Amino acid sequence: MAHTAEAHGDNYLNHEKGLWSWMTTVDHKRIGLMYLASVCFFFFLGGIFALIIRLNLMHSGHPVVDANTYNKLMTYHGAIMVFLVIIPAIPASIGNFVLPMMLGAKDVAFPKLNLASYYIYLAGATFACLALFLGGADTGWTFYTPYSIRTGGGVILVIFGAFVAGFSSILTGLNFIVTIQKLRAPGLTWNRLPLLLWALYATSIIQVLATPVLAITLVLLIFEHVFKVGIFDPALGGDPVLFQHFFWFYSHPAVYIMILPAMGVISEIIPVFSRKPIFGYRAIALASFGIALVAFIVWGHHLFVSGQSELANFVFSLLTMFVAIPTGVKVFSWVGTMYKGSIRFNAPMLYALGFIELFTIGGLTGVFLATLAIDVHLTDTYFVIAHFHYVMVGGTIMGFVGGMHYWFPKVTGKLYNETVAMWAFISIIIGFNLTFFPQFIAGTEGMPRRYWSQLPEFDLWNTLSTVGSWFLLLGFLMVAWNMIKSAKSGPAAGDNPWRALTLEWQSKSPPPHDNFGPTTPTVTHWPYEYKGANV
Amino acid sequence: MSHASVPAGKYNADNPAPHHFGHHFESAEHEFSSAKQGMWLFMVTEVLMIGAIFVGYLLFRLRFPEAFHEAHKELNVKLGALNTVILIISSATMVLGVTAAQRGNNRRSIGMLITTIFLGGCFCLVKYFEYTHKFHEGIFPGGLYHFEGLTVPHAPLFFSFYFVMTGIHAFHVVVGMCLITWIITRIKRGQISKEFFTPVELVGFYWHFVDLVWIFLFPLLYLLG
Repeated sequence: MAHTAEAHGDNYLNHEKGLWSWMTTVDHKRIGLMYLASVCFFFFLGGIFALIIRLNLMHSGHPVVDANTYNKLMTYHGAIMVFLVIIPAIPASIGNFVLPMMLGAKDVAFPKLNLASYYIYLAGATFACLALFLGGADTGWTFYTPYSIRTGGGVILVIFGAFVAGFSSILTGLNFIVTIQKLRAPGLTWNRLPLLLWALYATSIIQVLATPVLAITLVLLIFEHVFKVGIFDPALGGDPVLFQHFFWFYSHPAVYIMILPAMGVISEIIPVFSRKPIFGYRAIALASFGIALVAFIVWGHHLFVSGQSELANFVFSLLTMFVAIPTGVKVFSWVGTMYKGSIRFNAPMLYALGFIELFTIGGLTGVFLATLAIDVHLTDTYFVIAHFHYVMVGGTIMGFVGGMHYWFPKVTGKLYNETVAMWAFISIIIGFNLTFFPQFIAGTEGMPRRYWSQLPEFDLWNTLSTVGSWFLLLGFLMVAWNMIKSAKSGPAAGDNPWRALTLEWQSKSPPPHDNFGPTTPTVTHWPYEYKGANV
Repeated sequence: MSHASVPAGKYNADNPAPHHFGHHFESAEHEFSSAKQGMWLFMVTEVLMIGAIFVGYLLFRLRFPEAFHEAHKELNVKLGALNTVILIISSATMVLGVTAAQRGNNRRSIGMLITTIFLGGCFCLVKYFEYTHKFHEGIFPGGLYHFEGLTVPHAPLFFSFYFVMTGIHAFHVVVGMCLITWIITRIKRGQISKEFFTPVELVGFYWHFVDLVWIFLFPLLYLLG
């Protein structure tokens, strides 16, 4: 790769050579790629666990793993996918690469801190994975007390890993806020700021404000094990529901850490491939902040059946419904952008359309769950599993993979194979719906989540779901193969193959070490002035 | 950043190296204001982190007011007050140290910073005596509590909060002392000057924040009956 890149002159990939130059780099583009590789590795690992879980549930009475192993697989699938994949996926990989370039900056505000965040993330991941070999953890990713206090010691390592990884998230958020505040190119006013950056800004605020609460909660949980402090332990007068409040005070906003960046990616892709100015620019930008704001006052909807007061249930239910408003504003604005546009169905656009379809289903079923009476029936069923997979995989992962295709030419200087990308997308979208739609039905019929064995009456839905998971695997393997092969031997992309107007496309592909060379880009217009098919 | 490339031995506290700001900033002032903004954001995360334990404390205080009232009498108000005074003085010496660095008076700055570390050490020493006295009596957090003198139900929970809150605070004090040691070595290597004193100012922020947390902890734990 380095050899062909040299033909285009000096760029960030060949500016320095050797493994050591990567490990010690403070270049945001290289750090973004290192995050990307790590996130993809953990996505693969967490995915394997999911496939085994699905295989286990395929036919009732034919388990492939024993019950204890199943509990560990379920915990690992959740913890890895949440803390090591979906939360860092878009901000830390795509965001790291694209954010400074969209601003016309040479780097993030604190480049060394950026590299430190990456190593903190790796350290957290290492602790969490060490537990795999030391008894493992079987609490589920939510570590609910008092079970998490009573179960074996392996869970401490996972908790500590999540605690450490949290700091990586905090520092990335902090870095991004200061970068957006301080390093905008001349002329890049707030009203010209690309929507991905609005979304990342809102995400960063949540990362900075919510993650510390998780951090202290996990510290207290470790203290429960080591010093028996008893704050969350009913046997010592403590309150396990307080743990749930603290946990969800972070982990509900964390859902928006996951989805907001994906919404940002979609907001970039849709106008480019519709050749039309984005509809409702300011509404989309403000909706990101609206979602971030509401994110902090809805955590109680995870405690509807935990003995919370009826008044609290009512208030949290109402507040949760408000999430639908800014979210709806975004979805309608994207549809409005596409209306009468000259749509090109390149892979990024396919994923954007997939996002709109899947995320809308995931979002609307969230309104079902926010409704108290319905939630009591659906709590701890597969309906909930289907709902949040539609949001997190159908939303975040669609945005992530769509973004990977969209910026692939910028990152590598090559074009990916459009035909392979299309078939991969088809496999993923079919596989996804086949995996998770039956879970909605099984959930309404009462199929419980987290169980190692299921009743035969759910066999049809479970079999469909498991077959769907194989299509998902096939699709993601095709994406990986396409990316790796095209990065090695794809045709040259040129600097701006999509004719996009945001700043990163004004640079070379791949960009030089300092992003724009000696000249600082100056912004004179809004980044969404698309005027039909040929402009 | 560029200060890493300063050859050793050439510069010192009296003859600091010229500062080259990061290539992605427009000016040294731009770099300084960005660093300050980052530090403020970090302080916000600290507030949220400490804030969660305060919420837990208030919750249990409202739930078991009697236990908290009886248990707080076991704390040594005199030692707590002494530590409050020590930290307030250390904040003053910190300010003097930062101001001296801003004015280019590096020797005076080092003196003030060493005094601050010393006061931080005094704080930890007092805390050490308080803790060991408690342990000696059998006052431990939650499930490990076996003090015969106070058997009100849920009193151990008060001490869980006492040890967790003051323990996390003391950890921050120790981190602060390490950070001050780090900036002293940077001043000695000539990396801090009238033109570049960002690390000194930011560590100062941190130190004041840690003091401020104690200003809340002292009345909440020691005084409130």
